[in-house]
Amino acid sequence: MLGGILAFLALASFFGLVLGFAAVVFKVESNPVVNQIDALLPQTQCGQCSFAGCRPYAEAIAAGDAQINLCPPGGANLIQSLADLLDLEVLPVGEEEIFQGPIVAIIIEEICIGCTLCIQACPVDAILGAAKQMHTVIESECTGCELCVAPCPVDCIEMLPVKQTLKNWRWPEPQYNVNNKEADTIFTTLDQVLTENVRP
Amino acid sequence: MSLSSTLSHLWPFPGGVKLAGHKTLTNHQPITTAHIARQLIIPLSQHIGQPAEPTVNVGDKVLKGQVLGYAHGPVSAPVHASGSGVVTAIEEHLVPHPSGLSALCIFIDTDGYEQWTERSPLLSSQQNISELSSEQIHEQIAKAGIVGLGGALYPSAVKLKTAEKMHTDTLIINAAECEPYITCDDVLMQKRPEEVILGILLIKKVVGAKQCLIGIEDNKTEAYQTLLKTISGYNTPHCDTQIEIVQVPTRYPAGGEKQLIQVLTGKEVPTQGLPMDIGIICHNITTAVAIYNAVYRDEPLISRIVTLTGGAIKQPQNMEVPVGTPIRDILNQAGLDETKIEKIIMGGPMMGFALPSIDIPITKATNCILVSEKGELASPPPAMPCIRCARCSDSCPMSLLPQQMYWYAKARDLEKVQDYNLFDCIECGCCSYSCPSNIPLVQYFRYAKTEIWDDELERNKANIARDRHEFREQRLEKAKAAKAEAARLRKEKLLKKKALDAKKAKDNAKDNTKGNAKDNDEKNQSDKHSSTDLIQEAIARAKAKKAQQQSQKKNTDNLSEAQQKQIDEVNERRRKRS
Repeated sequence: MLGGILAFLALASFFGLVLGFAAVVFKVESNPVVNQIDALLPQTQCGQCSFAGCRPYAEAIAAGDAQINLCPPGGANLIQSLADLLDLEVLPVGEEEIFQGPIVAIIIEEICIGCTLCIQACPVDAILGAAKQMHTVIESECTGCELCVAPCPVDCIEMLPVKQTLKNWRWPEPQYNVNNKEADTIFTTLDQVLTENVRP
Repeated sequence: MSLSSTLSHLWPFPGGVKLAGHKTLTNHQPITTAHIARQLIIPLSQHIGQPAEPTVNVGDKVLKGQVLGYAHGPVSAPVHASGSGVVTAIEEHLVPHPSGLSALCIFIDTDGYEQWTERSPLLSSQQNISELSSEQIHEQIAKAGIVGLGGALYPSAVKLKTAEKMHTDTLIINAAECEPYITCDDVLMQKRPEEVILGILLIKKVVGAKQCLIGIEDNKTEAYQTLLKTISGYNTPHCDTQIEIVQVPTRYPAGGEKQLIQVLTGKEVPTQGLPMDIGIICHNITTAVAIYNAVYRDEPLISRIVTLTGGAIKQPQNMEVPVGTPIRDILNQAGLDETKIEKIIMGGPMMGFALPSIDIPITKATNCILVSEKGELASPPPAMPCIRCARCSDSCPMSLLPQQMYWYAKARDLEKVQDYNLFDCIECGCCSYSCPSNIPLVQYFRYAKTEIWDDELERNKANIARDRHEFREQRLEKAKAAKAEAARLRKEKLLKKKALDAKKAKDNAKDNTKGNAKDNDEKNQSDKHSSTDLIQEAIARAKAKKAQQQSQKKNTDNLSEAQQKQIDEVNERRRKRS
């Protein structure tokens, strides 16, 4: 009786120690789900999802406050991977959320008056310039979020599609032109063969 | 002990297909020389890695062999002028690439003099290779802009440097040339065997390889015999070249690097690894000749032999063509039967790609221009559903499972398709060739590969954007905190000052009680008086300032006509947008 109690006490204190130790050593600073969702988001920080940036949207998804189809730059691929990650159902891409391919901001330099409003709006510090000096966009850093377009008092910022080069070119998806009529005949014949010879 | 067939036996590689060679069209013709083109279009990116950086300007006079662009970055190669003349433009032009996109090219209007830059060869033909250090050869290879001419276009100098570090002991020279129609390596071996062997000896010296194997398909008997004879000429009783030439069975793709290694040595290159991981380095035979030219003649890589073949060419032949010559020029020289043209393909029928135009320059990579006549290379009939016959996996030389990869590539399941070792696919096209349903399998794999690379690029870009965004947030936070801190300090200072003033006032009051009470009263009154005065004065000042501001001119008054126009334009734009 006493032996049993002692044994259980020993076990309990041992596991307690192990768990306590693990809680300190393997402590997770922030919610790992939020990080995982954030890693999938395109990081344009554009706010088209109505949240203040990608991380707030990730937090909202993790908390169950937001749908997974609110991100236009992510498109259908993002919805698919979010659905896989969170084991949710795939939602259709919202109508206004259809993404037209990557874009980049260009400042028309003759018109720019150097007001710095776009610099303050840029979420990734991709605009270079100073007061009363012409501004320019660092194209490689621009995420195409369009946040700089609205504040510009002289409307000198245009969004252009990213230029195709040999570096970012991709092979097109092959056109799988199944000739349906022929396919049908093949499968009918196969079916017949199976029915006649194999199936009981 | 180095000549033929000391290898006791060869190993087979899995899969592969037997193809009709069509090589007799061109493999017994002499090598012709292309006429000097009126205009050369030289792309700055003729290799894997960063494009070369232009060193010439529009209007510059350039000599043949002069550097036009220097290597930019760790994996890059310089490009040289392939004729003398004047640089007329540096702009984008169609380049040979399956995308049909343009890239930066240097345009040279040739003067026809073919005037060379000063050349000082490292070696003359009488000298022995041992007089050179491997560093000297290596430097010369880098300077000459030599890239892997078997099709990979990897800068040779970079590859050799890696090979030196990884202690490779076997050098394999790829002379298999397994694609149908192409014979440029074949005729090179037949007509210039000395250059081939000396080039190989140079590579061997740089790599420090103990053994060297030349793999050649057994349908090139003439080239084989010529090389055999030449090697025996270089072997003396005291000096063995250690070069073995081995005939391998003709079976596509025996010329794939990994397949050739397997046939010759029985070793398999590990998945997603390099031949260097198993102590082997592979070079193409044409690369060896380019290296010979660089060392013995100080000629950079500015020309190459191109096979011009196919049913729509009147005189199929192998032609030595300067890099940058428009394809139209050489096709005209070889006689193009325009009524017969069906497809114009760069490379062979298995791995080549159709060209969108013939006003595209020849590059270091161009081994063959195939102009087929109608019915010669028919487009495949429409694809049918996969019937799981497994002919694709039987024919895959890399022992992959194309039908599985196809399902996943089609569903765009990019993770799953990598689980089936997509990146071991050499894109030889055996699977598409053997598919009875005509499914464009290899196209799916190319599509999946670029899709994966692109996703990776995007992810990297997203990570950078995240870092920059977080850094900005931090910076803004810091600025806000600093502002708050400054405000707090000011407030504190103010409070302190007030407390000090109050104390002083108290002290004064104490003093006064000691002194004359009347005086004190007067002083107090005057104090009070002066403070109300001060307030009055301040109000008056503020009023005056306001009045002045109102009467002041605004920057929108008295605008010049041009300024007014500009403002109207802006307003108009704003109105349109809203």
